[in-house]
Order: sequence, then structure tokens, then C-alpha cells
Amino acid sequence: MSPRIFVPGDSGAVSVGADEVAMAIAAQCSQRGLAPAPIRNGSRGLYWLEPLVEVERDGVRVAYGPVGVDDVPGLLDAIAEGADHPLCLGPTAEMPYLAAQTRVTFERVGVIDPLSMDDYRAHGGLRGLEAALVKTSVEIVDTVEASGLRGRGGAGFPTGIKWRTVAGTQGPQKYIVCNADEGDSGTFSDRMLMEGDPYTLLEGMAIAGLAVGADHGFIYLRSEYPHAWRTLTAAIERAEQAGLLGHDLLGSGKRFRVELIKGAGSYVCGEETSLLESIEGKRGLVRAKPPLPAVEGLFGLPTVVNNVITLASVPAVLADGAEAYASKGVGRSRGTLAFQLAGNCARPGLVEVPFGLTLRELLYDFGGGTASGRPIRAVQAGGPLGAYLPEAQFDLVLDYESFAAGGGTIGHGGLVVFDDAVDMAAMARYAMAFCAEESCGKCTPCRIGSVRGVELLDRMIANRDGDGSANNDTLLRDLCRTMVDGSLCAMGGMTPFPVLSALNHYPEDFGLAAREPEEIR
Amino acid sequence: MSEQAPSPPHAGADTAPHGLLPALHALMEQLDHIPDDAIAALAKSHNVSRADVEGVIGFYHDFRRAPRAGRLLRICRAESCQAMGSEALAAHAERCAAALHESAAGAPAVTIEAVYCLGNCACSPAAEIDGRVLGRVSALRLEQLIAGQGR
Repeated sequence: MSPRIFVPGDSGAVSVGADEVAMAIAAQCSQRGLAPAPIRNGSRGLYWLEPLVEVERDGVRVAYGPVGVDDVPGLLDAIAEGADHPLCLGPTAEMPYLAAQTRVTFERVGVIDPLSMDDYRAHGGLRGLEAALVKTSVEIVDTVEASGLRGRGGAGFPTGIKWRTVAGTQGPQKYIVCNADEGDSGTFSDRMLMEGDPYTLLEGMAIAGLAVGADHGFIYLRSEYPHAWRTLTAAIERAEQAGLLGHDLLGSGKRFRVELIKGAGSYVCGEETSLLESIEGKRGLVRAKPPLPAVEGLFGLPTVVNNVITLASVPAVLADGAEAYASKGVGRSRGTLAFQLAGNCARPGLVEVPFGLTLRELLYDFGGGTASGRPIRAVQAGGPLGAYLPEAQFDLVLDYESFAAGGGTIGHGGLVVFDDAVDMAAMARYAMAFCAEESCGKCTPCRIGSVRGVELLDRMIANRDGDGSANNDTLLRDLCRTMVDGSLCAMGGMTPFPVLSALNHYPEDFGLAAREPEEIR
Repeated sequence: MSEQAPSPPHAGADTAPHGLLPALHALMEQLDHIPDDAIAALAKSHNVSRADVEGVIGFYHDFRRAPRAGRLLRICRAESCQAMGSEALAAHAERCAAALHESAAGAPAVTIEAVYCLGNCACSPAAEIDGRVLGRVSALRLEQLIAGQGR
């Protein structure tokens, strides 16, 4: 029997040539009378090794990478002869980067054929929905609450409490909305999951529907993810055929439909109320809260809005029980988080681990330092609205509370690494400029404040070699306070975090003298 | 009260206001822009004002009122790609496109735009040519793309 060959169809792998490699392998296989064509799995998340080709023999998958088109003939020779190959990385599961992880939400990503329902079932899929179907709505909510699962989109709000609110609110119709508008730079876990294991997300949404009494769900997917769009479109159709979705969930008589909505290139639509406006076909203007979406959400009706990873973590919680999930993690941060290493990183990729590691462990043990080989100067954690952290803070423990106490935000788990060539004043200016570009315009601190912020920083940067920047420093801090205190949502309310952290930790880049720690706040 | 249950608010996307975004996406796919004469028709079919339609088009980066010439090269300018030199790469691409435009009349036009995150941050710097995502993009690769060579 010829071995099974896997070549990721993940858009990240494809962006560095996986399609060409898959075609070359298919052509070589047919020439050599080997069958069948390679299986297009998701990515394992070891992106510096993509395209990462796997060959399965006797149930063991061996990895090779990064594989180029020119490597294919030699690779297939080596496989046929059972000989060594210089690109061989050994059994995939034993690679240190993967072996040191605890894959729960991403258990199947990179392992299975994303659209094969048989593969999905064989690797533990549908067990969560089966468990949920024999529970009452209250029991499902209790289980999710007991697991300690918190919103993985960034805010970290307890999922069980959100669901309980929606379950307890009366309405002629309720909705489950999946926020798949993953706009933060340095984050790609939503995309990887949707491309690599879409049924997990659909199963999580169906369970959420059962828990709160909603029979209709929406996935709001950003338009920058056409590959995920194609995968999800096919997955929804097949899930309906298999009874994972539709009018008769696994023969229970219960219903749940999912509709896919495409965003249109607006960053602020990742904010939950702006996202709801966008689904309703309007400009993505942020709504004032209260009322919470749980009470008055989509079309004014009770709505659960959860991130992709939150919903995709639910099937595991139901399948293996709340305790199994809650046994991982530290403090009030239970379970695992899929961190994403990006930017100037030697080994960028997805690292799913229980809460409780330090930033240093992620950056060096997993990430291997910078790609450029120069020292790490700054790390932006939690997306464009997250603070820049210097080396002195790399021992912060990664759980929601400890990290926040140290001035950081975990957000969606994205970590962008910068080496010592970075100009932190330019990064601070970029944060303000991005906010000016993407502000929805509803509230003044964000709409006007971000423009004034760019102007101030332009002046500071122009004068940083002289002595005229002190006044602007005071003005900038004052402006940031106004934005933090006065903005309607996180766009204007958190843009000051990267700006102030750059100012506090890297004053020399602004032509300012270092400040005493107690002066910073 | 009618005996029949009312249809839920999300039903009827073809004619309801919430069908506007999918309708605009469909036009973009067909025509690569939203022509003037579509505005009134969209307003009528989705039961909103023409100002509403214009407002929605103006809010979202994806919708354009005028057609664009040539191919579209989008270079990611968000933090992760900046950390891997995307600013210099974008400046280089602009220079190449300008030089090509001056030297060879009739060369295939390329529109260069900024994009803020393609979700390919683990393969930074990232770019996209006519909807196809590219990772670990080098200056040479961009030059070739702008000159219409290679993939």
C-alpha cells in the first residue's frame, strides 16, 4: 500500500507554495503509479516549516519541511526507498514545538481533512453535540460556566454567564453570532481553525443554540479571508447533510441553521455591536451599551456574540466535561489559549498551551527569538490595541489577571515580535494613524482624538533631536487619558495603550529622558 | 393578529435592509465597482434611502464607486508585517511601479494599495495579488509581480 501524503491547504501554507508542491507530488505519484493524490489538511501551525509535507506509514506521520517544488522528486525517491532525506523532521507528533503544546481546541487542526465528516467523527468530532442533546439547556450552560471558559476574542468575559443572560431573556427569536472578523495584526488562530477544522466551529454554534434557545446563527467573516469563506461554505452544506446542522440535529428533532456573512474591510466591525450593525446591512457604527447584545442584540433580539475560538472550544468542554477543561490553566484563566507568534520571530506559528506560561517561554522556547537574529526589543501583545512590552516584562505570567496587572492585554493571543531596529515613536504614530483610519466616527474622543494624536506624534518625531518635545509629551498623555475615559468602545479606548507603553518604555525614541517608574501612569 | 407566525427578522435578505452588504459584494464581484445607476435600484429593492446606500458604500473599504485599472497588489502594512520590513517593501514597490509606468507605455497597470492584516502574520511580510495571498514576500518577488512576470 502506498503511503498517505498530506500537504496543507491552509492559506498560509498556500501563500508560500503549498499548492505547487501538492501539484508536483500528484504529478510524480501518477508517473510512478502511486495513488492517491495528496490529502490537503489544515496547517499544524509551524509556519516557518511550511509547506510542511507529512507522509503516513503504519499509522505514524513523518514531517518534511519546508518543501519546495524542486525537492519533490528526491523526497518521493527517499520515501519509496525508505531512505533518509535532509528535510526530514521526524515523526510530527514528536517535534518539540508540537510535543510541548496541549492541543484541545486545535486538536484536529492539521491532522484531519477539514471537510471530511468521516475524519471529523473518527477524531472525536460530534461527541460534544451528542452530549449536549441529552442535556437540558440549563445543564449545558452550567457545564460551560463550570469549565471556566472565557471569551477568547479579547475581552475575556465568562462565556457561561453571557449564555445564561441570553437563555434567561425572553424573545420571539434569538441568535448566535460568531465573530470571525479577526482583524488584529499578529492573529491568525480563527483563520487556521476555520480552514483546518470548520465543523468544530459549527458544532460549537449548534451547542450554543441549544443552550440559549436559538435556532439561527450567523458567522460574520472578514472579507480578507476568501479561503476560509470557501471552506466554511462547503462545510455548512455538508454539515446540513450530516445532521450537524439543519432541521433535525443528529436525529433529535432540534433545529439550528448557520448563515455566512461577509464583512467589507472595516476593522471596527470586529467590535461586537458594530458587527451587529454590519450584519443588519448598515454602516458599522458602534452602539452604546447598555443594552447588552445579550438582551438587545441582532435586530434588537437576544443574541450571543462569541469569537471563533470561544465557540470552537465548546465541543471539547461538552465532550470531555467541564472538569477536564477547568483542570488546565491558572487562577481565573482556565483551559488553554492558542497563542500566535508573529512578526520578527524565528519560529512563528500557533502555540496552544494552558494559561500560566511566561511571555519569555513563548518568545524564546517556542519562538526561538527573532528571525533576524538580533535581540528582541519589543513585543506587542493582544493586537493593535495592546501594549508594547520591553524585555523587563517578559517574565509576566500569561493569564488574564496577571498580565493585565503588568500593563498588558492578552487579547486574542497574538504576539508580534520586533527586533532592535524598531522605531517605537513610529509604532506609536502608527497606532494613532490606524485608529484615525478605522474609527467608526460615532464618538469624538476616538474620531478627533486619533487625528490630533497623529499630529502630536508627527511634531514629536520631527523635534526629537532638539529640545521642544516636552510639551507634546504632556499633551499626548492628556489626549490619551481623554480617549481612554471618553471613547464608546475599545477602538478609541485602547489605542492609547500601545502609544503610552511606547512612550513609557522607550522614551529615548521620542527624544525624551528616561522617567522614574513612579512617574509613569 | 394573523394566524400565521410572523417571519423572523433575518428572513428575506434579497429585499430587506440587511441584504444590502451581500448585494454590494455581488456587484463588486461582477463589475469591480458600484456604478451610479445601481444606487437607486439598491435603495428601492432593500427599502432604504439612497443616502443609506451611499453611506454604507462610503463606510467600508471594500466598496469602490469607480472601476480600477489593471491588477491589484495589496501589501500588508500592519504591525507584524512592519516588523519584517513591509514599509520599505511598499516604498520599493511604489518606485518600481512608477518607473515601469514611465518607461513602458502600455505596460500592464498595477494598482498598489495598503491592507491591514491578511491573517498571514506567521509568514510576514504578506501581500496579495488579485486576491491571491503571498507570504515571505521579497523585494525581488514584488518587482517580478509588478512587471507581470512569475506568480
